[in-house]
Amino acid sequence: MKYIKQGGIILGVSFVGEILHFLIPLPIPAGIYGIILMFLCLQTRLIPLAEVETTADFLVEMMPIMFVPAAVGVMEALGLLGSLWLAYLLVTVVSTLLVMLCSGWVTQGLIRLTRKRKEGKKDD
Amino acid sequence: MTEFLESSVFFGVVLTLAGYGVGALLKKKLRLAIFNPILIGALLCIGVLLLTGVDYETYRSGAQYISYLLTPATVCLAIPLYRQLNLLKRYPLAILLGITAGVLTSLSTILALSALMGLDHASYVTLLPKSITTAIGIGVSEELGGYVSLTAVVIIITGVLGNILAGGVCKLFRITEPVARGVAIGTASHAIGTSKAMEMGQVEGAMSGLSIVVSGLLTVVGASVFAQFL
Repeated sequence: MKYIKQGGIILGVSFVGEILHFLIPLPIPAGIYGIILMFLCLQTRLIPLAEVETTADFLVEMMPIMFVPAAVGVMEALGLLGSLWLAYLLVTVVSTLLVMLCSGWVTQGLIRLTRKRKEGKKDD
Repeated sequence: MTEFLESSVFFGVVLTLAGYGVGALLKKKLRLAIFNPILIGALLCIGVLLLTGVDYETYRSGAQYISYLLTPATVCLAIPLYRQLNLLKRYPLAILLGITAGVLTSLSTILALSALMGLDHASYVTLLPKSITTAIGIGVSEELGGYVSLTAVVIIITGVLGNILAGGVCKLFRITEPVARGVAIGTASHAIGTSKAMEMGQVEGAMSGLSIVVSGLLTVVGASVFAQFL
């Protein structure tokens, strides 16, 4: 019964996300509305954490498997790239690496700065 | 045989689970990032499809029962984020600026590299949303006049790449703060990267999940501006 209730809540939030996607003319998918909605519901205790936790953790753990069919599709679609494949691959690899580095470093630098400031305040 | 497999209700799902299972086992035994369960799983599925003569469309109609869970699973990324709320409250600016820096890096490196390699406008806007979650990326590409099916391809490649590289990049370039790791992985490689961040830890996973949402929304706006430049 527990899983039915938890699954029901999660699918319900997904469904409301789908409705929002249908109503709002923006390229934002149901899942993104769903995360925001779920977060707000948890925050306001409309949905208590314990009411979704077990099933949510299971679904998140299963997530990588859900990408396998799409990855199979990619290999099927590689032919579509034709002679452009090298250019596309190069852009993809280089920019992905740089994004990871840049966002990681900026976040890390600012976190350390915040921490130093807080420690500085304590010393005063 | 082929006929039976094509009509089977369970073949697609079982093949996907088995492929991923073998990939996960290899990963555990060999401990090399390149033995990524998603990558190995997909390669094994393709091998089996080629051997049995089942075509991709048939496989996909069976495997859709797995893909069906993707939206509910995405919704559930709110749970780790909610658990790490205190971190979000402690470093809101660092997290927000880190994601923004990543989105700008993504758009500007794609602009620079596309110009450098002489790609036309359609190819350029096809690549622009490559670091965000598939469903948003496809919408952006379509709106800007890109090749939608190719956008889906580069988004998945970006995700798998991020999933494979995340551990090594964080180690090599000394990104050691769990919050920063999560932001880096989620901003660069959306939900597929996030599944790796979840393995690294609760904080990494939570921040990566948050980055999917924020970078996705920022890219919707940013890509429409950057689309004018080439």
